[in-house]
Amino acid sequence: MKHIISLLMENEAGALSRVAGLFSARAYNIESLTVAPTEDATLSRMTIVTSGSDEVIEQIIKQLNKLVDVVKVLDLNDGRYIERELMLVKVKATGALREEMKRISDIFRGRIIDVADGSYTIELTGSGSKLDAFIEALDKTVILETVRTGASGIGRGDRILKV
Amino acid sequence: MDDSNQQKVSQISGAEIIMRCLQEENVKFVFGYPGGAVLHIYDALFKQNHFKHILVRHEQAAVHAADAFSRATGEVGVALVTSGPGATNAVTGIATAYMDSIPMVVISGQVPTAAIGMDAFQEVDMVGVTRPCVKHNFLIKDVRDIAITLKKAFYIAASGRPGPVVVDIPKDITAEFAEFDYPKTIEMRSYTPVVKGHSGQIKKAVKILLEAKRPMVYAGGGLVLGDASNELVKLARALGYPVTNTLMGLGGYPATDKQYLGMLGMHGTYEANNAMQDCDVLLAVGARFDDRVIGNPDHFLSVPRTIIHIDVDPSSISKRVKVDVPIVGHVQSVLAEMNEVLAAETIKPDAAALKTWWAKIDVWRAKKSASYDGSSSTIIKPQYVIEKLCEVTKGDAFVTSDVGQHQMWAAQYYKFDKPRRWINSGGLGTMGVGLPYAMGCQLAFPDAQVACVTGEGSIQMNIQELSTCKQFHLPIKVILLNNRYLGMVRQWQEFFYENRYSESYMDSLPDFVKLAESYGLIGMNIDKPGDVEGALQDAFAMKDKFVFMNFMTDQKENVFPMVPNGKGISEMILGSDTNANDAADEMEG
Ligand SMILES: Cc1ncc(C[n+]2csc(CCOP(=O)(O)OP(=O)(O)O)c2C)c(N)n1
Ligand SMILES: [Mg+2]
Repeated sequence: MKHIISLLMENEAGALSRVAGLFSARAYNIESLTVAPTEDATLSRMTIVTSGSDEVIEQIIKQLNKLVDVVKVLDLNDGRYIERELMLVKVKATGALREEMKRISDIFRGRIIDVADGSYTIELTGSGSKLDAFIEALDKTVILETVRTGASGIGRGDRILKV
Repeated sequence: MDDSNQQKVSQISGAEIIMRCLQEENVKFVFGYPGGAVLHIYDALFKQNHFKHILVRHEQAAVHAADAFSRATGEVGVALVTSGPGATNAVTGIATAYMDSIPMVVISGQVPTAAIGMDAFQEVDMVGVTRPCVKHNFLIKDVRDIAITLKKAFYIAASGRPGPVVVDIPKDITAEFAEFDYPKTIEMRSYTPVVKGHSGQIKKAVKILLEAKRPMVYAGGGLVLGDASNELVKLARALGYPVTNTLMGLGGYPATDKQYLGMLGMHGTYEANNAMQDCDVLLAVGARFDDRVIGNPDHFLSVPRTIIHIDVDPSSISKRVKVDVPIVGHVQSVLAEMNEVLAAETIKPDAAALKTWWAKIDVWRAKKSASYDGSSSTIIKPQYVIEKLCEVTKGDAFVTSDVGQHQMWAAQYYKFDKPRRWINSGGLGTMGVGLPYAMGCQLAFPDAQVACVTGEGSIQMNIQELSTCKQFHLPIKVILLNNRYLGMVRQWQEFFYENRYSESYMDSLPDFVKLAESYGLIGMNIDKPGDVEGALQDAFAMKDKFVFMNFMTDQKENVFPMVPNGKGISEMILGSDTNANDAADEMEG
C-alpha cells in the first residue's frame, strides 16, 4: 500500500543523503521525496511517498527514526491528512488544440501560466492521483514536457508534526 | 548549556583541542597511522602523555584493534587515520564494527576546507563513503565545533545500540585556534535512546514465561554489549530454563553451566537448534534472528511459538521474525526488572512440563553433535587443538579469531564462561581481524592470556601486524590451524559443488616459523597430535613472549553440525551421518 511519511530532521549538510541512502541500501521503494527548511531554520521537513506491506512500512519508520539526525517521523496514513503536489505541464496548443487544452485545464482547475505560439504551460495542484488523472486525460502526443514536485503532506485538524 | 557547565581556558589549536577531548573522554589508547592531513594532530599528539598511540602497519588493523579494545573492555575504541587512502583503508574495520554494534570513534583527516570538492591530493568523501556503515558521521567545518562534535561522537557511539562514529576533520581546522570548552553532558533532540523497558510488557513477558511448557532462552551479542550476563544468569537459574548463545553472545551465558545448550545457528549444536525450533515460548535477548541463526525464516515460523524479544534497537524487533511481546530497552535494565517481577511472583514454572522438556533436550544432547573423530595418532584434528587450548588456558583466555572453519571450531570447542572473552567478527565475517583483535585485547589487559585462533588464509590478510606486536612487546599466542585450504570455502565446494576446489587451495605459504623469527618473535611448528598439548603449555609458559604456533591440521576436516543455506535450523547435517557428503547432496537436491 502507498504511504506518505512526514519527518522533521536537523537541517544539516548531508541530511537528505542519509535518508536517500537508507532507502536505496535497504531496497525500499521511493516514489517521491521532497524536502525544504521549515519556519525554524534548524529543521527540515521531508515528505516521502513510498509503498510496501505493513511490515515493510513499520521497518521504514523504525529505520528512519534510527537516523541520528531525524527528530520526528509520522506516517500520515495513520490518520486523516491532506496531500498536495504541484505539476507543470507544457502542452501543444495549435489550431483546435488551443481551445481543447484550455477546456481540459479548466475542468481540472489548472491555470495556464505561460502562453506561447504553439504551446501552453499549465499549472496544476492536487493529490498525486488527481495529477495522474490529468495526464491520463491528455492525448500523449500533445504533452511536450511535464515536471512534478512530488507530494507534500500535512495532517488534518490538530494532527501536528512539530518539535 | 549554561557557562557554569563549561571549563574555559585560553585559545588552543584545533589539533590540541582534539587531544584535550580525548583526555576528557579518558581515552587510553589511540590506534593510528599518520599522513599529510593529520600532521597537525600528530604534532599535538607528540606533546601529550595522557594516552598512548599505537602505530599499526595498516589502517585496517588500527580500526580492528580499537574495535577489539572496545569489545574486551566495554569502553569506546579510538582510531586515527589520514585522509584519502588512510580513510578508505579504515572502511573495512568500520563496517566490521558497525555490523557487530561496537562503540568506536574514528577520526579521519580531510584535505583543507578550501580544497574539498576539488579532487585534491588524497581527497575522498569520507562522510559519503562511510555513511552506510556507521552509526553516524560528521564533517567538522569550524574549529569551534570540534569539542562539541567529539562529545556527540562519543555519546552516540556508546549509547543506545552502540556503533562506530566517524569524525572527518579538514587539515586547516586543526591548525586554527579556539577556546576549549568541553561540555560535561549532552542532549540531542534528535537522538534519545530508550533505556527502561515498558513495565506492562515486562510483566506480561514474565507471565508468559511462567506459563511455558517448552521454554527457551536465546541470547545474542546485545547481552554482552549490554553487560547483562549476571542478570540473565539470575533469570535463567530462577526459572530453570535452557539457554543458547549466538556466535556473538558466547560467554554471555556460561558455557559450562548445565542449563546451557551450546551455540545455535548454522554450526550450532543439535540440542540448541532443535530446542529453538521446538519451544513454545522463546525469550530473545539482544539477538536479531539473523539468517545464520534461524536459517530459513519460513521453516522457523512453520510451527507456532510465542516470542518475547528484548532489544535496545526497535528496528531489530519484528525485522525478520514477527514478535509477540516486544520490549524496547537496555537489556540489563529490562532483565533486572524481570528478575524483580519474577521474585515477587507466586506462580512457579510448570515443573512437570519442564521435566518432560529437559528429558527431550537430553535425548538431543545425547547425539553429541559437537564431537569429532580424534582417533588418528598422525594427523592433528583442529578441534583437538582448541580443546587443549581451552584446557591449557583454563578456559580463561581472551580468544580472538579470524573467519572460516577455525572460527567455528573455536566457537564450538572453547568453553567461554565469561562475556567479552570471545572476540570475533560475527556480522561482517571479516578475514584478517584475528591478529589486530588480539593486539587490542592484549593492550587492554597486558597480563591476560590472549590467543589468536586463525587460518593460514586469514592470518595473511593482516600479517604485517607482526611488526606492531614486536614493537609493543605484545605476548600474543597465535594458534594457526593450518589446513592449507581456505577451509570454509573448500567445505562448501565439497558439499555443494562436487569437490571442485576452485581457487581454495592455499599455495606458496611462507615458512611461518621463519617469518615469526624474522620479526624477532618465536615460531613453532607442530605436526603430531602428541605434541599439541606440550607445545601449548610451552608457549603459554612464555608469558612475556609472542609465540606463533603453526599447527599442521587435517586438510579435509569439516565443520559439523551444519545447516545448509536456505534450510531450517533443525534440518542439520551431522558429522556422524554415515556420509556427510551424501547427506549434503540430499539436502541440496
Ligand atoms: C575479507 C574476506 N574475504 C573473503 C572471505 C570469504 N571467506 C570466508 S571463510 C574463507 C576461508 C578462510 O580460510 P582460512 O583463513 O585458511 O580458514 P579456514 O576456513 O581454513 O579455517 C573465506 C575466503 C571473507 N570472509 N573475508
Ligand atoms: Mg585454512
